[in-house]
Amino acid sequence: MTTTQMAQAPRQRLLPPETGRASFADALRSEFTKIRSTRSTYWTLLALIVVCIGIGALASAGTASHPNGISAAQFDSTQQSLAGLYVGQLVIAALGALTITSEYSTGMIRTSLAVQPRRGVVFAAKGVVFAAVTLIVGLITSFGSFFVGQAILSGAHLSATLGQPNVLRAVIGGALFLTACGMLAYGLGAVLRHTAAAISAAIGLLFVLTVLVQFLPQSWQDSVDRWMPALAGSQIWTTKVTGEAHQFPAWGGFAVLAGWAAVAIIAGLVLFRTRDA
Amino acid sequence: MIEARGLTKRFGDKLAVDQLSFTVEPGRITGFLGPNGAGKTTTMRLILGLDRPTRGSVTVHGKEFSRLAYPMHEIGALLDAKAVHGGRSAYNHLLCLAQANGIPRARVGDVLDLVGLTDVAPKRSKGFSLGMGQRLGIAAALLGDPAILMFDEPVNGLDPEGILWIRNLMKALAAEGRTIFVSSHLMSEMEHTADHLLVIGRGRLIADCSVAEFIERNSVQSVRVRTPKPELLADLITAAGGTSVAGAGGVLVAQGLPADRIGDLAFENAIRLHELAPAQASLEEAFMELTADSVEFQAHTPGRPDTGRASRTDRMHPTGVA
Repeated sequence: MTTTQMAQAPRQRLLPPETGRASFADALRSEFTKIRSTRSTYWTLLALIVVCIGIGALASAGTASHPNGISAAQFDSTQQSLAGLYVGQLVIAALGALTITSEYSTGMIRTSLAVQPRRGVVFAAKGVVFAAVTLIVGLITSFGSFFVGQAILSGAHLSATLGQPNVLRAVIGGALFLTACGMLAYGLGAVLRHTAAAISAAIGLLFVLTVLVQFLPQSWQDSVDRWMPALAGSQIWTTKVTGEAHQFPAWGGFAVLAGWAAVAIIAGLVLFRTRDA
Repeated sequence: MIEARGLTKRFGDKLAVDQLSFTVEPGRITGFLGPNGAGKTTTMRLILGLDRPTRGSVTVHGKEFSRLAYPMHEIGALLDAKAVHGGRSAYNHLLCLAQANGIPRARVGDVLDLVGLTDVAPKRSKGFSLGMGQRLGIAAALLGDPAILMFDEPVNGLDPEGILWIRNLMKALAAEGRTIFVSSHLMSEMEHTADHLLVIGRGRLIADCSVAEFIERNSVQSVRVRTPKPELLADLITAAGGTSVAGAGGVLVAQGLPADRIGDLAFENAIRLHELAPAQASLEEAFMELTADSVEFQAHTPGRPDTGRASRTDRMHPTGVA
């Protein structure tokens, strides 16, 4: 029925624009539709918010219930309320990896590249959309954790405010930290093209490596762990220089994490462009 | 128009596509035929730039696929109906593809209507049947209203109704002046739909001709005769320049002479005929014959299955079709 209608109907050509080409903006719209149209995105982002705020609240409550002996001058209440980021980095890494590996596991990548064969455009658009979504949700997570945590800590007169030195930078930094961790996993996803492998690699780099370094002799540890992605990156959501003076300062540490992410992304891009899909 | 020149793809030590040169001419259905593993899918992947050729090149409308400004307006492809994210609704799947080429949102509804998936548009494609998945893939291929459509084994696994739908759709699309490039491992499928044939085996081009030409060139005309005096008739046929093979019960299968000539021969020599029937090898047989040497995984059974008279005589009288 449909086909006979088609044959009879005068052909109305859907004309492409006379100039230009399928653009980066088109690719961004396409990738945004992709990320907002799968349930896993919502579940993962919801998990991120709940886990980060929940763990931050627990950590804050723990401190608030036993405040004796804690010096308000040395205690980093911002960092305490953001403690959920230690787990949140793993949640966002999973989503970052999935953003690209799910295209391979479902076969969607072949359809995607058959409509936009300029692979650099696809890779960049996907990365930018994921980073933007993560940054926004990361800000909600980070500010949410901060306010909930401070409300709990205020009972013990240990709370911080956004106006205090470094606090706003640390809270925004929490979102940047999540974004960088997600992008690291995105790059690994493009390299490995396999969901489980990419998530494992990301957790290995962010979490396991951080733990393993603790088993090194102290003198080695001091020079090695400042270069570890998660440890270095987490300096951006601290407000006070602690005893761990061998760590890079906030932005320096974040730059180390961003460097790790950049290496993974560049490796991913190169392989994404050259390999058969 | 699709043009391949010396197209070659090597996977490790296996040559999947070997020096393929062909042109898919506009405005007709070109069947791309070959046994499983002949390199049909690889060739289509090379056309879309999913694989990079080891040597040679292939262009769509004179350009490498990745250089097309709006690829979806030039060529719509359905390679694998399962190449979708099952967690995404049919509507959103098509929307994200449309957006990638700046195609207006309204077009998504149009193609959903066209393939009859409007009712399930909000549903996740995970639960779709094979036929529905195929329709979704075709909807995606039609989004950009492309001049060329490329389908890889589109009827594989479909029920008869689905097969008929695809067949009619391809004809309707061709009637609109579009170029259709469709692969199949079944000659019978091409017999019904294609105008032109490209036949490949083990990555090499074996034939590039019209369907009528293909039948004429590759099927051997034979005549089945049954007579009480087969030996006598066989001698007469040989004397007249033909060949024949004797079967059981006075049956002769003759080649090289038309049926009426054999009838006349029998009449002139007062030989009784109980049966006289011209037989033409079907396209399927011609295809089997042509690709017999190029099937990738030949089953080692003693002899090929007897597919009919013509192939039996072919085997006994090699006529050099391959």
